[in-house]
Amino acid sequence: MNIKTARTGGLALLAIIIAMAPIGFTNTYFYDVGVNAMFNAIVCVGLNLLIGYAGQISLGHAGFFALGAYGSAILTSTYGLPPLAAMLLSAAVVGLLAFVVGRPILKLKGHYLAMATLGIGIIINIVLKTESKITGGPDGMSLGNFSVLGFSIVGDRMWYWTAGVLLVLTVWLALNLIDSPVGRALRAVHGSEVGAEVVGVDTSSYKVLVFVVSAVFASIVGSLFAHKNGFITPDIAGFFHSVELVTMVVLGGMASTFGALIGAVILTLLPQVLAAVEQYEAMILGAIMMGTMIFMPKGLLPSIVASVKRLGGGR
Amino acid sequence: MSLLKVESLSKEFGGVHAIEDLTFSVEAGHIHSIIGPNGAGKTTLFNLITGVYTPSSGRVLFQDRLVSGMKPYELAALGMSRTFQNLQIFFNMKAIENVMVGSHLHLDRRFLPSLLRLPKVTRLDRECRASCAGLMEFVGLAKYLDADAASMPYGALKRLEIARALAAKPRLLLLDEPAAGLNATESREIDEVIKRVAATGVTVVLVEHDMKMVMGISDHITALDYGRKLAEGTPAQVRANPEVVSAYLGAHA
Repeated sequence: MNIKTARTGGLALLAIIIAMAPIGFTNTYFYDVGVNAMFNAIVCVGLNLLIGYAGQISLGHAGFFALGAYGSAILTSTYGLPPLAAMLLSAAVVGLLAFVVGRPILKLKGHYLAMATLGIGIIINIVLKTESKITGGPDGMSLGNFSVLGFSIVGDRMWYWTAGVLLVLTVWLALNLIDSPVGRALRAVHGSEVGAEVVGVDTSSYKVLVFVVSAVFASIVGSLFAHKNGFITPDIAGFFHSVELVTMVVLGGMASTFGALIGAVILTLLPQVLAAVEQYEAMILGAIMMGTMIFMPKGLLPSIVASVKRLGGGR
Repeated sequence: MSLLKVESLSKEFGGVHAIEDLTFSVEAGHIHSIIGPNGAGKTTLFNLITGVYTPSSGRVLFQDRLVSGMKPYELAALGMSRTFQNLQIFFNMKAIENVMVGSHLHLDRRFLPSLLRLPKVTRLDRECRASCAGLMEFVGLAKYLDADAASMPYGALKRLEIARALAAKPRLLLLDEPAAGLNATESREIDEVIKRVAATGVTVVLVEHDMKMVMGISDHITALDYGRKLAEGTPAQVRANPEVVSAYLGAHA
């Protein structure tokens, strides 16, 4: 019962917040920030399936995000594919790539897996920088509007509502998955791999599955981000972007879908609030990461929920 | 009929023979105990049978099918399940979800239906939750139905592993020291649970140090020492075997 109300209640609350937020938006810049926050939230909800639920780390997801972005740019600008087809084709290729590299590297654990995924991100970043004939190199690439069946998404407002619908959809899918046989198998992989194996869970396949799923989430958002911005550079594949994504998940709460979402929103808004001390952004990000690990290793939302429960349960 | 046959099985760890040329078989419907002093190779044997380790040589046959070298999850699909001496609980989940993972093989675990929460998935999940609650009651965990696994005491977790293993609907259940670390009362309760499991037709292989339990519930006993078979037979035969007495019970005899 509890899970069910948390599900539908949470989803409804999310939809209401997204719908009501524009009341406070005084100019289109707010919409722009809102879109970025929701894009990050979608990537983080996907990444949280891998990190928070299945207990596997990735420091290379910015690479998959960038491949989605560049896939869309190359396929639409160079080959003239419709944006939707380009996005789906890019996502399929990224999924395949994640499958091919995931199979061997997900045998690794802990630091080793972190290093290997870091390597993937770096390789993608370098390829995007150096293959300048295809990718434009460090100068980046520009691309046109996103359109489906002649209907174009133009302007920050329209992107806001698109991202909002996609975010609610993503959260719904993630909540479905977590509370299903597949999701329990993923969480069991986190709990005890050998314990899961002996009751029939093919742990290596599930690890690869969730790696592919989270990479596809990142790729699709990468494509949308590219169309919204109209211009992309290899920096989006950078190590710092990967760390930023992981920090969002860790801050908000590992193994909490709404936590990951909140983490993404906070860390997207933070630079706007701290605009005055822009040059210290990386330092503040690092401090947040350290503070989270020391004071609330389970993340913001799970820690708050736990302390509310303690207060309510205490006599 | 022998459900499980172990034939000239050996396992070496860097020159040390943990299991050496071991042959024995487990009859269907029996409670078959493996005993032996610490370091005799009992847990290694379990790991070899359940696919956690690959044998250095020899064979394991389950339902007359060669299974040595297969992965644990493949063996689970064939009807073999186990518990662990050092708990392998999913502490990040609810107690009942631990048991539900046990029924993984009997649910609709396709990706897309799970992602879209199709009615068939939720219906099977509801039924699974109910039957897993039944299993928790069966092993005496009725009061932990809503508990987080992480909040449960050690003795209850031992039973939770048994419930999880049963949820896989095994034909052969291997229990690695289910009474280790339990007090006398808890031991007797586990004893009852094992008897009830066996009464449902599940064949049980038991590794246990609690001699009172082993002698009381076993149909057949295999005694190991230094990875080799020392003796086997009914509890009375094994108890009377002078080699077993000197190697294993020596200190107490």
